Amino acid sequence: MKTDRACTLTIIGGFDKDGNPDLVERLEMHRGEVIGIVGPTGSGKSSLIADIEQFALGDTPSGRKILIDGCEPRAEIRSDPRKKLIAQLSQNMHFLADMSVDEFLRMHAKSRGRSPEVAERVIELANTLTGEPVRHDHHLTILSGGQSRALMTADIAVISDSPIVLIDEIENAGIKKKEALELLAGEGKIVVVVTHDPMLALMTSRRVVMKNGGMVRVIETSAEEQKVCEDLTRVDDWLMDLRETIRRGEVVEAAI
Amino acid sequence: MKLAVLAGTPGSGKTSVLIHAARSLKRDGLRPAVVKIDCLWTEDDKRFHRLGVPVAVGLAKDMCPDHYSIYNVDEMLDWARSQKADLLLNETAGLCLRCAPYPDKCLAVCVIDVTTGPNAPLKVGPLLTTADVAVITKGDMVSQAEREVFRERILEANPGCRIVEANGLTGKGAAELAELIRGGPEVGDDMLLRHNPPLAICTLCTGELRVSKEHHRGVLRHLDGFMEYFGE
Repeated sequence: MKTDRACTLTIIGGFDKDGNPDLVERLEMHRGEVIGIVGPTGSGKSSLIADIEQFALGDTPSGRKILIDGCEPRAEIRSDPRKKLIAQLSQNMHFLADMSVDEFLRMHAKSRGRSPEVAERVIELANTLTGEPVRHDHHLTILSGGQSRALMTADIAVISDSPIVLIDEIENAGIKKKEALELLAGEGKIVVVVTHDPMLALMTSRRVVMKNGGMVRVIETSAEEQKVCEDLTRVDDWLMDLRETIRRGEVVEAAI
Repeated sequence: MKLAVLAGTPGSGKTSVLIHAARSLKRDGLRPAVVKIDCLWTEDDKRFHRLGVPVAVGLAKDMCPDHYSIYNVDEMLDWARSQKADLLLNETAGLCLRCAPYPDKCLAVCVIDVTTGPNAPLKVGPLLTTADVAVITKGDMVSQAEREVFRERILEANPGCRIVEANGLTGKGAAELAELIRGGPEVGDDMLLRHNPPLAICTLCTGELRVSKEHHRGVLRHLDGFMEYFGE
């Protein structure tokens, strides 16, 4: 694990859809922090993620700027995946590439300058996140939504291994979301997660509220909210167990 | 006068990418003009008109659209000069993947769509391998991993090219492409193509309709790769 890379990610506010300045003028995120982005559909959550992903320099529709350690990132950092500081788990999880899981992972490892042997490790980790095992000779195009998400989560943890991780709504695909978030947040990364999911939102330390394309507020997760999050975790574990019981064709025996 | 030639398969997003790049160039105080080459029909000129950029359309009709684009380069440049432009953006129809309509003194831009899959860069041929810049479009439709694999495949086909990830809907990548166009070479006299056009014409090129090989003359290649000459 390389530790000599980015420590601080700064968002300099831009404008909402009507051209009004972001109410949050400046936002700093540090290593080891998990930050949420919340707001209704169309409020600009994915655009904010896109601004971070491409290191906006006032050249995107929002006019925001992204700084790394207080400076504008160099052009090569913006484009070359070997130097890329950002790993992204997006909503688009349908693979179009017509190749096997193993072949794809090896090629992705190559594009990130990693050894192709890490493919095995990615598959192993993916299988801890999904109830439907992924095999190395599976064709990408037949994977289910849950398998694809699990595979991409593991891919980010092992191959992309970037200090900043952006996650866009992982809750909708039947994977163990708490484990997935913990896996992605591991080892002192900055994690930004777009979510409607109460458990994921409350697992963050702060959350940015979006409205009409603008950043309007930052909410610190309170002690009470953390307690709610613990309760939600228990409910979520129970739901996952029930899901597996039903998938195995067994009968559900007891209420909580 | 500088020339940028944009090629790429139909539907890859050439026009959308070019519109955003032209807007970015205008914003920087430059005067781009656009020539759009197509085969039979186009309405794209209206989209450029709305930007307030001088635009001309060339329809190749029953000529090969890439050849048509190539031998009309001088006419296009003269037209652009008459429009007081300092940059000519030539969008080609780019269809058969055998020609690459890039002169030596231009910025050659190949637009390629990530949804065509990671084998596509190996199939595109000189259109990609002789380009200075590869613009990857529709990246928002796949995962980051798949985008990176696609990028790796482009670099396998053309190790020296600059890659721009663009989005024709949001305008992402347009500023970067505009910067590369500004930094492109000045056009010259007696420009040469970067890659030779197909080896020979056959009887189909001159209008033969009959299918069977016995009716065709010239250099013909068999399915197994064997080539022979029929004729006088």
